[in-house]
Parts: sequence; structure tokens; C-alpha cells
Amino acid sequence: MAMATLRREGKRIAAPLISHHPDNPLRSSVTSSEEHEVLGVRSISTQVVRNRMKSVRNIQKITKAMKMVAASKLRAIQTRAENSRGLWQPFIALLGDTPSVDVKKNVIITISSDKGLCGGINSTAVKISRGLHKLNSGPEKESKYVILGEKAKAQLVRDSKKEIELSITELQKNPLNYTQVAVLADDILKNVEFDALRIVYNKFHSVVSFMPTTSTVLSPEVVEREAEAGGKLGELDSYEIEGGETKSEVLQNLSEFQFSCVLFNAVLENACSEQGARMSAMDSSSRNAGDMLDRLTLTYNRTRQASITTELIEIISGASALEG
Amino acid sequence: MLRRATTRILSHRRHCSTAEALKVTAADDLFMAAWKRTMPNLDPPKTPLSFLQPRPSTASAASIPSKMTINLVSSCSSGLSNKQAHMVIVPATTGQMGILPGHVASISELKPGLLSIYEGNEVTKYFISSGFAFVHSNSVADIIAAEAVPIEQVDPSSVQKGLAEFTQKLSTASTDLEKAEAQIGLDVLSALNSSLSG
Repeated sequence: MAMATLRREGKRIAAPLISHHPDNPLRSSVTSSEEHEVLGVRSISTQVVRNRMKSVRNIQKITKAMKMVAASKLRAIQTRAENSRGLWQPFIALLGDTPSVDVKKNVIITISSDKGLCGGINSTAVKISRGLHKLNSGPEKESKYVILGEKAKAQLVRDSKKEIELSITELQKNPLNYTQVAVLADDILKNVEFDALRIVYNKFHSVVSFMPTTSTVLSPEVVEREAEAGGKLGELDSYEIEGGETKSEVLQNLSEFQFSCVLFNAVLENACSEQGARMSAMDSSSRNAGDMLDRLTLTYNRTRQASITTELIEIISGASALEG
Repeated sequence: MLRRATTRILSHRRHCSTAEALKVTAADDLFMAAWKRTMPNLDPPKTPLSFLQPRPSTASAASIPSKMTINLVSSCSSGLSNKQAHMVIVPATTGQMGILPGHVASISELKPGLLSIYEGNEVTKYFISSGFAFVHSNSVADIIAAEAVPIEQVDPSSVQKGLAEFTQKLSTASTDLEKAEAQIGLDVLSALNSSLSG
């Protein structure tokens, strides 16, 4: 009879533990420890909770370290991105930006990261690229993708595999510099036919805010066409062209140079956004781990106190049974 | 009454600048409208127009200003911005070109060479590794270069070494591509050499 009372007491103490638990796995493990008690082991085990606490603490340390690494990488690359911002401004001042230009061959260049754990920036870039693709496909128009970075490739290959012309990964293996991007731009220009290039990237505003942006670079033929049509580019004719043999040669060089400058800036900005997004993702992750650790600590204490109480009850009921 | 006053002030602003601002926003609006039609649930992406730093209008001024405004940008740094100068000499592909205030609007391709900016009595020299120079009709000049280094930071001994190296490469080059690469290296280094001395 004493055993039955003990079992009932044990169940009564263990029951509140189970109901307060938000984590399913832990609930099942506490019930399994209760089963152990029924089978013959007396104390409720705190081992399970302790293991879980250890793993959560390790995760917290790892994410904190990743945040520090991302912060230092961000510092290094942020100054370079800000310095490169002046590169594309003169081009826009001269040629204007016409994202709504109507051309037959669009090429959408999506810039993304190679590594994960950087929040939602790659998904937004892919969503915007898909949006641009939808905007620019019609009876006579077509759009193709050129992808920089693994993450966008993984997402776009799922539904637009045929439309991917070129995909380039491991961009950040060596520190980014203009020569590398110029070679890349040369590659793209040689292999892909285009009337308009739309570069989609995340512009770095601050450590917590990244704006998805799209820059448009037109091919020299389209520039000539738009110049005749008027608008901002109409003023282009008033500029005297010096150097080179013909106007079209200089315009072609201009468009290629513009593309490499804009691409350089875009790649740097995206790298900054990636590090910033990773910083904030890892920061929220370590904060969540900290919250989880607090909850687990409470559970651990309750489990520990419950097992002590159980032991005391055993001793006391044993003693009282002996007395009389 | 206040509204009327502000509209009077706004209408006094130069016609050209408002027209330009209108043209700028019109391009964006077309894009925004098209985006909203096809993708109502997603925010449209920003375009560089929203990040453009304000610039003086490129419509020609009534009179020629006394000084030019120079912006020099390169891939490593925005070298100069809104620097006032009397004259600037750029190494265009057609030769050294001098630009004074009131120069006709032009786009010129640059070859590797020395860029000198004359401000009163002082001269600032930069070595440019090719790029473009835009001169706008309001005497604002934009010089965009892949690399722009102040001439003081160039080391003469390494220039000589590089010259020797590329001359040797040119003589041993077999394919057209190698020849072209060696020739480019030689061009840049000889320009660097002459700008160091000249």
C-alpha cells in the first residue's frame, strides 16, 4: 500500500512538470523517466534536461561567434562598398535610369550569397527577379537569368531551369576587387545576348535594413534608339564624342564600362547586406537560444526539486512505516 | 495664403530643373505602375534614381561660370567630389585634352595617363588607368576611372621593373592574346613612366 501511495505521489508531482512543457520531445522524455520510476528506478532523471541545456548552450556560443565574425567582415567590406558608390552616379547623371524600358532581350542578373544562414535576403532577391521576369515576358519579349551565387541558383533552378544562361559561384573566395568583377562582366557580355541588363541585388542601407534594388544597363543599340526617342537620353546627342573611331564604338565601350562599374558596386553592396543580415540572424538566434536556456533551467530546477521531494517522501514514509 | 505663396515660389524655379525632375520621376512611375499591375503583393525594388545624389541641372547656364566642378571617381575610392578648379587636363585617347569652364558637353574615352587639375597655382596630379570623362554643359566634369592614384604614391623603381618585365613578355609572346596583354601592360607602364618624369 505504501508503494501504491508512493506511485500516486510520484505521478502527482510529475504531472505538473508535463503540463508546463512547451517542448514535445522533452515531454515524452519526462514521461519515459516516469515510466522508469514505475519500473523500479526511484528518482526522476535530470540527465535529459541537462543534455538539452548543454546542446542549447553550445548553439548559443556558436551563433554568438558567427555574429562576431560577420560583424568583422562587415566592417572590412563596408568602407569599400561606400567608396564604390560614387562609381555609378555619373552614369546615371548622364544616361538616366529607365527600368521601364521596353526591349526584346532582357537579361536579369541576380546577385546572391553562396553561404546560408543570412536571413531572407536571397529569397527577396529571387522574388524580385521572378517579378522582373514576369514583367518583361510577353509575346515578343523574353528574359533570361544570369545567376551569381549558390543560393539563388538553388531557388531558380527549380522552376526556371531553361531560362538560366549562366551561373557563377564562389565569387567571394578571394576578396572582391574590380579586376575580378571586370573579368566577370566581360564573360557575361561575351556570352549573353542582351538589349537590357537588369541587375538585382540588395543595397546596404544600415546593419538592419537592406533594400532590394534593380539597376538597368542598356546595350549601345538601345541607347541610340532611346536617344532618338527623346527623354533623358535625348540629351545624349548634344554631347560631343571624343576618342575612338566612331560614335558607336565609344558608346559600346561606355556601356561595357558602365556595366562593370554597376556590377562592382552591386556585388559589394550585396556582400555587405549578406554580412549584415547574417549578423542580425545570428543575433536573434542567440537570443532565442538564451530564452530557451532560461526555460530549460526552470524545468531543470523543478525536476531536481521534484526528485529531492520524492526522495524525502520515501524516507519519511519509510520511517513512519517503521515506527508504526 | 501660405499655399499660394509657396506655389509662386515654386513656379519661379527654373523651368529646366523641374522638367528634368519630372522626367526622372516619370521613368520611375512607369516602372512602379507596371510592377503594381503584374505583382500587386510584392513591394517594387528601388532603382538607382532614388539613391542619386543631387546634382546641379545640366541645362546650360546663362553665363559661363569661372570655375569648373570636378568629380573624380574610381573603383577604390571616390577620389574627389565637387572640387573647384580652373582647368583640368585629361589623357583622352586622342591626346591630352584640356577642359576649361564653358567647354562644350562631351564624352571622351581616356587612355592610361596623367590627369592634372589646376587650381590657381597648385596642380594635383593623378595617374588614371583608363576610363571615361563626361563634361556637362554646366561646367561639371565627371571623370570615372578604373584606378586613380595620386602620382606621389607611385614608386618609380617598381615602374622600371614592370617596364622591363613587359618588354620581355612582348618579345616572347607567341599568341595574339599574349601579345595584346603584354602590349597593354607596356602601354600602361610607359604612360606611368612618362607621367612620373613629365
